[in-house]
Amino acid sequence: MVVFSVFLFVADSKFNLFASSRIYLNSLVSPVQYVADLPEKLFSGISASVMTRHELKVRNQQLQKDNLYLKADRLLLSQLENENKQLRELLSSNRTFTNKRMITEVMSLRSDPFSHQLLIDKGAVNGVYVGQPVINEDGVVGQVSQVGSTTSRVILIVDVSHGIPVRVQRNDLIAVLHGSGDWNKLNVPFVQSNADLQEGDLLVTSGLGGRFPAGYPVAKISHFDYQEGAAYADVSATPVAPLHRSRYLLLLWNENQYNESDLSLDLLTTSASLAAVSADNAKTSPDSADTPETTEKVEPLESKNVIIE
Amino acid sequence: MSLLSNYLAIYFTYFVGLVCAILPLPTMLNAFRPDWMILIIFYWVLALPHRVSIGHAFILGIVFDLLLGSTLGMHALLFSLLAYIVITNYQLFRYFTLVQTTLLVGLFSLLSKLALYWMASSLQDIILHTSYFWSVFSSMLIWPWFFLFLRFIRLRFKVA
Repeated sequence: MVVFSVFLFVADSKFNLFASSRIYLNSLVSPVQYVADLPEKLFSGISASVMTRHELKVRNQQLQKDNLYLKADRLLLSQLENENKQLRELLSSNRTFTNKRMITEVMSLRSDPFSHQLLIDKGAVNGVYVGQPVINEDGVVGQVSQVGSTTSRVILIVDVSHGIPVRVQRNDLIAVLHGSGDWNKLNVPFVQSNADLQEGDLLVTSGLGGRFPAGYPVAKISHFDYQEGAAYADVSATPVAPLHRSRYLLLLWNENQYNESDLSLDLLTTSASLAAVSADNAKTSPDSADTPETTEKVEPLESKNVIIE
Repeated sequence: MSLLSNYLAIYFTYFVGLVCAILPLPTMLNAFRPDWMILIIFYWVLALPHRVSIGHAFILGIVFDLLLGSTLGMHALLFSLLAYIVITNYQLFRYFTLVQTTLLVGLFSLLSKLALYWMASSLQDIILHTSYFWSVFSSMLIWPWFFLFLRFIRLRFKVA
């Protein structure tokens, strides 16, 4: 029995033998997960049904107001979208924006003590796939790491094994954000000490890894410091999305935004962007044992402006 | 029929234990969640070593791995080892007082935490928080009540 479980352990970790059967195995145990989710559903259901009429009225008004503002913004958005499309046509670089998305509910948060993940109530039957980006209304939350038939697991951006390529919104400096294992801290390794970064700079997804669509806010620089003579600055960031307090998340369908022409453009920019791509691809599977090597490969980021398209 | 009802009671406690082990809790309380699976396996193997064997512990471990999304076999290995230790020594452990078994549970819990940490760190670089070990104390706190409760269930449903 012991030999068998050691065999399982090695087979799953090193050779990833059960990747395909995990869907069925996960759906086999999902009844337990649904039962475990019941009490919280019940509580939120009760607290939603005991709201007073006055509260509902106030909330309704507030929502209507918000809706009005958002709709007004949207009017402008379609206009800008058109304009952006025209400009892109002039530059002959076409990038399609994905519109397919789906609301999902968080079932449980972080059950395995060594990783930061959460369980959502959508699975393979809804078209969820491994590596799918997950956001909420504030920013990027993480990506799907395992899929069951009706549930799937999302690995958060603060997980130690997670990396995400980003760019500073202010000056298009690119970097890779690594999870630190803490709920509100992300590391930004390999940033040169003379890089133009300030505390409070917003980091958005650069889309270089091909997994996350470009332009979603990820984190804010919370700490920037460097030692005299050190090669790299000591930079950390705070995620903008409240990772352990959001109940509803949004799944995005990223329809392979970067086709060949875009990728070749990326190759021209810097070697660092290439490293970012490889780091992102290698970092996505939480079980891969070669993560330390891939982080070594990330070369020092030049503090030159990188135009992504 | 009696055999079936015997197993039904045991399986039902397994199910409740699994649900308790993954029940969503606030982040503050989550660190104090007792190791329900270790308590349950320890109790049943100690009480009925001929009925609840290493096989049970192994299957529970696999299911638990799937529920947690951890590497397959991690908990299965651990629980089988735990069941093995208890099965080989159950005659000794049965003469322990409640205080002694509580300390034993604490020891098992601590060892399993260390083993889990060791296995996980062999796969990926992880960061250890001190809160990781707090559940050892909560397991020890809950064990006497849990023991008495399960014994009540065992006698009430005449599981033998």
